[in-house]
Formats: sequence, C-alpha cells, structure tokens
Amino acid sequence: MKLVVVAAGLTQPSSTRLLADRLAEATSGLLPEPPEVRVVELRELAVDVANAFVTGFPNTRLREVIEAVTAADGLIAVTPIFSGSYSGLFKSFFDVIDPTALAGKPVLLAATGGTARHSLALEHALRPLFSYLRAVVVPTAVYAAAEDWGGGGDPFTDGLGERIARAAGELADLLARRAPEPREGTRADGRQVEDLEDLEDVVPFEQQLAALRPPTA
Amino acid sequence: MQFGIFSVGDVTMDPTTGRTPTEHERVKAMVAIALKAEEVGLDVFATGEHHNPPFVPSSPTTMLGYIAARTERLILSTATTLITTNDPVKIAEDFSMLQHLADGRVDLILGRGNTGPVYPWFGQDIRQGIPLAIENYALLHRLWREDVVDWEGRFRTPLQGFTSTPRPLDGVPPFVWHGSIRSPEIAEQAAYYGDGFFANNIFWPKEHFMRLISLYRQRYAHYGHGTPEQAVVGLGGQVFMRKNSQDAVREFRPYFDNAPVYGHGPSLEEFMAETPLTVGSPQQVIDRTLEFREFFGDYQRQLFLMDHAGLPLKTVLEQLDILGEEVVPVLRAEFAKDRPAEVPDGPTHASLVAAHESAPAGA
Repeated sequence: MKLVVVAAGLTQPSSTRLLADRLAEATSGLLPEPPEVRVVELRELAVDVANAFVTGFPNTRLREVIEAVTAADGLIAVTPIFSGSYSGLFKSFFDVIDPTALAGKPVLLAATGGTARHSLALEHALRPLFSYLRAVVVPTAVYAAAEDWGGGGDPFTDGLGERIARAAGELADLLARRAPEPREGTRADGRQVEDLEDLEDVVPFEQQLAALRPPTA
Repeated sequence: MQFGIFSVGDVTMDPTTGRTPTEHERVKAMVAIALKAEEVGLDVFATGEHHNPPFVPSSPTTMLGYIAARTERLILSTATTLITTNDPVKIAEDFSMLQHLADGRVDLILGRGNTGPVYPWFGQDIRQGIPLAIENYALLHRLWREDVVDWEGRFRTPLQGFTSTPRPLDGVPPFVWHGSIRSPEIAEQAAYYGDGFFANNIFWPKEHFMRLISLYRQRYAHYGHGTPEQAVVGLGGQVFMRKNSQDAVREFRPYFDNAPVYGHGPSLEEFMAETPLTVGSPQQVIDRTLEFREFFGDYQRQLFLMDHAGLPLKTVLEQLDILGEEVVPVLRAEFAKDRPAEVPDGPTHASLVAAHESAPAGA
C-alpha cells in the first residue's frame, strides 16, 4: 500500500513537515502492514510547478511526482496557512494535476499556522478544494498552531496528539476498506497512469458523428 | 518524405534591439520566408490562422495565393485552418480556388485554434469545440466529393441542392491533415477518414505524442485504410543553428528567454531536454530529428518552426539556408534508409490523382 505525503512547508526544518511526518507515522502504525510512505516537499518543486504553468506541461521531475500522488492509495496533504488560506505553492501543485485524477482518493488534510485563529481555513479553504477534486476527505482535519506544539489541549479541544491519532485512525479505516493493492502504475480509479490522456477511452467515430445528427422528425 | 516550415505569424519585439516590426513588415517577411523555403529546396510552407493581435495571418488563402503565383514547386499549407469557427462551405470554396490557382500544390491542417474568444467572435461556443470540428469536417468532406449536397446539421444553416465551386482540381480534394496537441478524438477523426494526422509536438514532451500517434496508427488500420505503418503522420520541430553550437545557444537565448509561448519559464537547456527544441549545430539538429523516427515510426512530413519570438528576417533567412543546404539533404538520405517500401511518401496532388485513378469506381 502506498501512502504519499505532500508537505508545502517553506522552511527547513518546518513545522508543516513535522506535522506531516507525525500524521504519516500515526496512520502507518494503524495499518495491518506498514505502507510504503513517500514524502513530497513542494519547496523542492517550486520552480518546476511555476514552469509547468508557463509551458503548459509538467517537466520530467514534476511528472514523476504527480504520477506518484495520483497512484497513491492514500494522501496526506499539509500546508501552512497564509493570509487565511492554503499557501499559493500548495494550490499551484494541485492546479497542475488533472482535476479528475484524485477522484475517490482517501485524503487527510492538515495545516499549520502561528495562531489557532486560522484553524477553520482547513474547513473553509482546503476541504472545498478537495471536494471539487472529488477526493474522499476524512472528517478530522488537523490544525497545529504554534502553541499546540507545547500544549495538551483544554476543556473544549483535544490536544494535538489526540487529534493526530483521530485523523490517522479515520484515514487508516478508509485505506483498510479499500480494494486489494492495485497493480503497479494504477490510479485510484483503476486507470493506468500512462493512460492519463484516456486514450483507451476514445469514442468510436461513428458514435461521435451520430451524436451530432439532427433528430429525424 | 516532405520537409518544410510553418509560421505562427506572430509580431514580436526583437528582445535584442527592442524593435517590433510593423504588421506590414511581418506579412511581407512571411512571404519572403516562403519564397526562401522554395529556393533552398524545402517542400512545404504552412501559415497559421489567427484572429487577434499580435498575429497577422488572418486570411491564409489570400497569402498562399500570392505565394503560389511566385513559386513553382512549394506545397502551400496551413497550420492550422480553424475548422471550428470557419464556415466549412467557405473553407471548401477558398481552398478549392487556391488549389486551382496553385495547380494542386495545396493541402491543409485542420485545427481548433488556441484562442478562446475566437469562438464567440465568430458566433460559436467553445464548449462545442470537438462537435464543431467533427460536424464541420463531415460537411467539408462531402462538399469536396459530392457535386450536389443536401445537408442538415446542428451548427449551420441547412443546405439544399448546394454545389461548392470550383470543383476540386482533377476531381481530387486537397489533402487534409488533422492537427491536435491533446485530443484523442481528433486522432480518431483523422483515422476514420484515412486523412493525415499532424502532431504539433514542439512544445510538449514526446511521451504524450507517442501515445496519440500510436492511437491514430491503430485506428487508421482499424478503419481499413492500410497498416498502422502506412498511416500519414506529420510532426513539428523547432530549431536554431549555427556552425558552432555555443554560438547558436548564445544568439538564440534572448529570443528563447522572452518568447511568447515559453519565455520567462524554464531555462533553454531544460526546455531542450523536455521538448524537441534543438539549438545547436546542424549535426545536432540532424541527430535530434532522426530520433523522431525511433519514437513515432516512419513518417511523411516534418515541419520546422523557424520564424517566431522576434527573430529578425535576415536571421530567419540565414537559418533557412542552413536548413536547406546542410540539414534537409542529410535528413532525406537518412530517412530514406531502411524505410519500408509500403510506407507512403508525403501526399502530393500527383500522388492523390494517381491513387484516385487506380481506385475502383465508386470508391
């Protein structure tokens, strides 16, 4: 089973990466067999992502990452919150992926920020984005404010550790319920990665023509 | 195999001088480039069709008619003719007229264009791009093959008892290529009719086009036009050459860095690694172009983009000299080696007339 972690933190080390690693570790520990975990740091792909916008195609390095993300059994996506929303780099990465390629994929969302006041950005910005992509997002999204790294929750909220465990449990449940491991290079929806252009789905020409014939009176 | 050039017809500032040519200069430069193409022994000149600045070629058959009068051998083509927003009746008439004037030296690449607002400007809906391409070509195909056409479709006024004039020269319509960058539907369309498929591969990685061309070849055979290897494939290319490859890179870099399509993005070196762009010595261009056969199979037409991104006319003409004198003769010889006998040459009016005459009646 393949678990891909996308982290959009910009510093090294970053709290975004720290949160991403904790989520991946917690999820892995709940699965019957340890998954193959791959962490993608978007920082390293920032120029490739920008170039993909300019040229209209992802270069070899970015293409390989996109294929890994679309072929994963589950995805953990973590972004810092900037100006009340996901970072531009985080959104840009998902913008260069085919908007149908993540349909049906189990996803855990998480974010980091300086203050807990931005935590609903997960619900108001990230969740709608992944709804648009028709991903299956687990109910618990994890927000880690600066103070969470040194606190244990309060009477109204679980601490970061509990929230990580709950979200990881939800993702692990979804992954465990999924069909047996797909073949190498197969996407979440069963299509081969190399068929991203859906060439095998071409509609026979007679059918394309027939669809255009005016209705006979 | 046919070799030629295709022009987008962009009016772009020369980044090394800051000077932008006038539209008049650019139109005349395109003609000079076409005439040069014939002079240096190339086979094809193709012009784009655009309906917005900074592009000048809005009226391809006008330009090609003028070039036809000043050339003897050059095949005049388009890259591309907008099958979506042009009236197919007018395409039939314009290109038939051009075909007569040019004594058959005419073919065309059909495409859907790359500028969204052109659809509404011409009264069409971009969401209907593929259906428009399919229906309009179905009508164009009949107008060139049936003397009297009754027709009704979704996108155009019906026709009753319509005859498109002049009738195609020698009863043989201009050869049609279907151009596509990403749509398998268009590869399927080309295969269905047994027409050519032009993959403008210059801005994208080859893997994508290997799939698209492979689909076209398989479907061409499926529809009974021949073997997959006999399908008629055209490819793009983009080159800049100097005797010394470092000189080529140094001279072309400012044009690359500021080019409208990919400028201000990846480095020249990275773009060369990811796409067919070749900036270097003539031998490097030869080696790179010969690779196309390994990826896409033996093919029929190779068009190079030579005159964009603000390159001055003088430089473009020098490039065409190198292409015609040092590159294409070698490519012709190399591509001819080991080319299976059943793989057809690029289509010409003469070859189409011969095929037409040998075909069984009614076919």
